[in-house]
Order: sequence, then structure tokens, then C-alpha cells
Amino acid sequence: MSVSFSDKSLEKEHGSSHLVQFRNCRVLRGHALRTEDMWVRGSVVANPEQVFYGERRVADLHVDCQGLILAPGFIDIQINGGFGIDFSSIKAEDFQAGLDKVAHGLLQFGVTSFCPTIISSQSSVYHKILPMLKKTNGSANGAGIIGAHLEGPFISVDKRGAHPQQNIISNDLSDPVTAIEKMYGPHLDKVSLVTLAPELPGAVEAVRLLVEKGVKVSIGHSSGSLLDGEKAVNAGASCITHLFNAMESYHHRDPGLIGLLTSKYIPSDRTLFYGLISDGIHTHDSALRIAHRTHPDGLVIVSDAVAAFGMGDGVHKLGDQTIHVHGLKATIAGTDTTAGSVASVPMCVQRLIKAARCSVVDAIECASLHPAQFLDIAERKGTLEFDTDADFVLLNDALEVQATFIAGRLVWAK
Amino acid sequence: MKLIIQDDYDKASDFAARYVLRKIIDFKPNADRYFTLGLPTGSTPLGMYKKLIELHKAGKVSFRYVKTFNMDEYVGIPRDHPESYHSFMFNNFFRHIDIDPNNANILDGNASDLEKECEDYEKKIAAAGGIRLFVGGIGPDGHIAFNEPGSSLVSRTRIKTLAKDTIIANARFFGNDMSLVPTSALTVGVGTVMDSYEVMIIITGAQKALAFYKAIEEGVSHMWTVSAFQMHPRTLFVADEDATLELKVKTVKYFKSLMHVHLKMIDEPEAAAQGDK
Repeated sequence: MSVSFSDKSLEKEHGSSHLVQFRNCRVLRGHALRTEDMWVRGSVVANPEQVFYGERRVADLHVDCQGLILAPGFIDIQINGGFGIDFSSIKAEDFQAGLDKVAHGLLQFGVTSFCPTIISSQSSVYHKILPMLKKTNGSANGAGIIGAHLEGPFISVDKRGAHPQQNIISNDLSDPVTAIEKMYGPHLDKVSLVTLAPELPGAVEAVRLLVEKGVKVSIGHSSGSLLDGEKAVNAGASCITHLFNAMESYHHRDPGLIGLLTSKYIPSDRTLFYGLISDGIHTHDSALRIAHRTHPDGLVIVSDAVAAFGMGDGVHKLGDQTIHVHGLKATIAGTDTTAGSVASVPMCVQRLIKAARCSVVDAIECASLHPAQFLDIAERKGTLEFDTDADFVLLNDALEVQATFIAGRLVWAK
Repeated sequence: MKLIIQDDYDKASDFAARYVLRKIIDFKPNADRYFTLGLPTGSTPLGMYKKLIELHKAGKVSFRYVKTFNMDEYVGIPRDHPESYHSFMFNNFFRHIDIDPNNANILDGNASDLEKECEDYEKKIAAAGGIRLFVGGIGPDGHIAFNEPGSSLVSRTRIKTLAKDTIIANARFFGNDMSLVPTSALTVGVGTVMDSYEVMIIITGAQKALAFYKAIEEGVSHMWTVSAFQMHPRTLFVADEDATLELKVKTVKYFKSLMHVHLKMIDEPEAAAQGDK
């Protein structure tokens, strides 16, 4: 039997041995777009050669992908909210519903997993929200949750960006064990990554401690020097938060954290990743290009989207702010002050191709493979290698999402 | 013997593919009547497979009622090794067509009892009613399948130690590490192929010219095992110009003068296809 990729029957749950053959597509596998079929058994990517010779089976269902690109689902490691929800300011009792709303809204943008991001907050916020957060695989209800991204509060006051000044702690890391436990509480198992500034006193010990507990550390919102950055990376930090934004500009006699992209004083046996908001507004195309040319393997596209994301053009009342959204620009009404990003991951992918003049494959991997590698989940997510989770998107040649699949099931179609 | 001479490799491949297609369609296979096809691996038949895939995708031929039997497989390399003939056939042909995996037969070079595997293969071919069309290529030393020079011309499916030339030639596929190159293989015998109803052998490239000359212009010899097909009632050689370099002008001219007759063998079977409906 053969159906179109948007057929309702693909939404249904089938057994773990149900074998589906997605045909007429260009599959992103092994760093190339290959004109081959993609096989899914139950919820994971199947090896068709094993099916052919090992099981001697034919597919239970053929799906016509109409020539589209079939790529791993997007993973967004930095998203503050969307659809009117702000993860950091939402009331604890509304948190779960708000998270569900965003997770569901992300499906139309091809995001199959994400890290809900909480900016510098009062300790009570972490204590309330983290226990509620469930790490889940995605489903028709919404994108999967890998774990929280705690962006702050151990950051530089000078480079706080939109973080509330009163929440920032920049002098309390000298006893990192106590400071981190006091701030985030006992639920670090719910946390995928923490952004902190490497120049704070005690930051290097804090990095070691977090990494030991299985939390990735990204450095950012920082006035730190290249040397501060190198110390943190050598202690285990493995990412830079939204490169170029909220850090010292690159100066030829004082390169700052941006200099880490080519540093030889950091471990060469692991990749240093860096988030990049490639919406064309938060980072100039030239900067995107330079970053990509300098260190393509570490580039991780992040949306850094705020509550106004996903609400469309117009005037939106969010908390006590009135936000004016026009295209990818969100400003506080009546001013030119940017109110954060409202770009989706696929838009950032499209922009990166134009700006960095990179290949479609390169750009898609920046939003799928690289974040998965950074979070150490590439054995299950971010690729279409055999036996990984069948989370994927169908994209047209303009890289617009036409359908989203999670665990082999259709969860959204245009 | 029939000999088709085409200008180049692509045209020879195209002819071979269209010939296979025509044979399958004329056979009118169905659930009770499978077309049995013997298949080779290697660089020579790649073009034919490519063309057959195109023809299949264009809806001109189905492999639903085709059973295939491959000629050979290395002993002792994993089935999913990129150089195994299982991988070759899957990646270059089977994955692109509609054959039922249960009908694609390849010798298992990892079988616990290799001799039994060979015996069973012969039985399987017999149970399928024998091979209707065996497609083959040849090596520069005139070997067909892994029937290296000196192989018995009445040989059956068996384990064969590979000739030194073959092992050296294969080293490039195994990172030039001689210790990794398989030294033996399971192969159908010359006799197995001789039993087929019809045999088509594709020979292309100047490096095969001497073998081709030995195959058709000199006597039958176990030192050039492909020459055995001089004794087969329905053998078709498909060659490109380069492969004919060692042939007599007279031989080439004779077969070229027959081309207009032979080309009719691959005419689009419009009438036959319509007759099916």
C-alpha cells in the first residue's frame, strides 16, 4: 500500500515491528543528500539491507515524499518561550500548560526536541519549576524535552542583555558547590546545560562541578577574556552561548571569547560548540559567515525565541510589555529596542545558507546533528543513522517545513 | 553464438538491460511462473543495473515475479561489508526495484557448512526450474564467476581459492591490506551456468580484448573458462568496440552485418505488453 506523506493514517500508533518505507525523497545521511529510501521500523530508523537479507521482509507501507528533503528533526537548545508563553516569568501553576503549548507549537517548525530556557531568575523559580520539568520524547502532543537550559544567573552584569539585573549573581561562586545547590536546588538531573560567565570568581570550579554532574556548560553573557574562556573550556565547558551576542566584541589585541573558535589552548579531541542566532537580525550576515568559515563543525543554530515567537505579525501584550512584531523583527512598541528573537529554527537555517553561503546539508546539520553532538545524544537524535529515533522533517527546496515526524509518526503536516 | 557490438560501454549496458527486460516480459511471469535470472557483480554490469533501475522506475518492467541467483560471494567477510556481493547487489540493484527479498538468492560465504551451502544452492536453482537467463561478465583472464583459469568446465557450485591476480586486484577495495582481502569464494560452476536456458555475457573495455579473443576465436579451454560457452546453444555476447580490439576484422564485420537482425531482439515489446491487458 502507498500513501502520501501527509496521510492521516501516518498519525496512528503501530506496533514496534511495523515497517514503513519513505520513498521518493532525498535523505540527509552521512553528510549528504542521498536519493534513497528511508525505512522506519516502529519508532526507529531501520537498516534496509538488514531488512532485505536478514528479515526478508517488504515494507508494510510505502510513503510518497514527493521529492522532498528528508532531514533529521531540528533541536533547539535555546528557546525562552513562544506563543505568548515565557518560561522564566510564567506562574509555576501555569508552567506545565505553557510548556505543553510551546512544545506543540514547535512541531510546525520542524523542532522535534528542545531545551526550554530559563533566564536569570530568583532561586525560588528554579526550585519550583525544575521538579515539574519532565524529560520526554516528543509525540503528537509536542516536541520532546531534552532538559532545561539555565541561562544565568551566574553571569556578567555588564553583559546581561535582557536578563533582569536584580537576579544576576556575579560574586557568589567562590564556593561553587554551595552557590549552585542553593541557587538551582537539588534537581540538576532536569538540566541539560547551564550558561555562565567564565570570568566570575569560582567559575572554573563551577564548570567542573556541573560537568561532573552531567550538565553541559556553555559560556556566555560574559565580559571575559580569551584566557578566561580557555580556562573554562579546559575545565569542561563545551559551548559558547549565542556567539557575538552578550560578550566582548572581537578586538584584534583582545579577542575575548570569540577567539576560542581558533584557540589551540583548548582540547583538540573534542569539538567546542557555539550557539548562533542566525536570524539575520541578532547577528550580521558577515559575522555568521566568519563564524561558519572559521569553525563550521561547532556551529549550533539557536532560535533564542521569546514569548512573541509564533504569534505572527502585530501588536502583542506580553506581561507588562507591548511588543510589536513585524516579520523577524520584534520591538518594544513605540521604540526601536529589540524585544528578542521571533525567528523559527527553519528560518535561521535558511538565513545561514544565504549568509554563510554554505550547503543545505551544512546548515541543516547545524540545527540537528551539532546540537545533538553537543548534548551527547547523537546516538539517538539529530541524525538518521540506523537505529536512531525516527524524528524527522520533510522540507521543500526553500527549506520550509512540509511535515514533521516524531518516532516515525506524523505529528504535523502543512 | 550471437555477438552484439556497441560503440561504447553505455550503449552496451543499455542493450544488455533492454535484452533482460524483453526476456522477462516475453516470459509473462506470474505468481505460478517465475522468471529465473542469474546475475553477476563487478564494474562491468553496473551500467546494466543502472539502466534496468531506470526502466523499472519508468514502469516498463517489474521484478515481482523474478527470482535471482547470484554467481558468487566471498568467504569470510561480513555480509554487510561494503565489498561483499550482498552489499553490492543491495546497493546497486535490489534496493531500487520491487523484487521480493525472498526471491533474491546469494551464496552465503559465512555459512557454517560451506560445502552444504553450495549443494543447497544447486538444489535451489533446480527447484526454481533452472536459470532462464544467466547474465555474466568476465575477468581479464577469461574467468566467469570465480571459475579461475584451470577450473573444470563441468564444475558445479563450490568453494574456490582465488588466483593470486584476483587477490592482488581486489586489494584496492580493502585498503591495500593484503591480509584483509578474502582468499576464497563460493561460486557457481561453469557447468551450473552451462545448464541455463540462455546465457548473456557482457564484455567491455580494451583490457578484456585478449580474453574475448580467447573466448570466441580459439578453441574451448579450461584456461579461459568463458570459452566453454562456445558449446552452449544460446549464448549472446554483448561487447563494446574496445573489447573487440583483438578480434579478426572478419569476425567483427560479420557480426556487425547481422546487427539489424539482432537489434530486433530488444524492440520495445508493445504488442506483448498490450496482449497482457
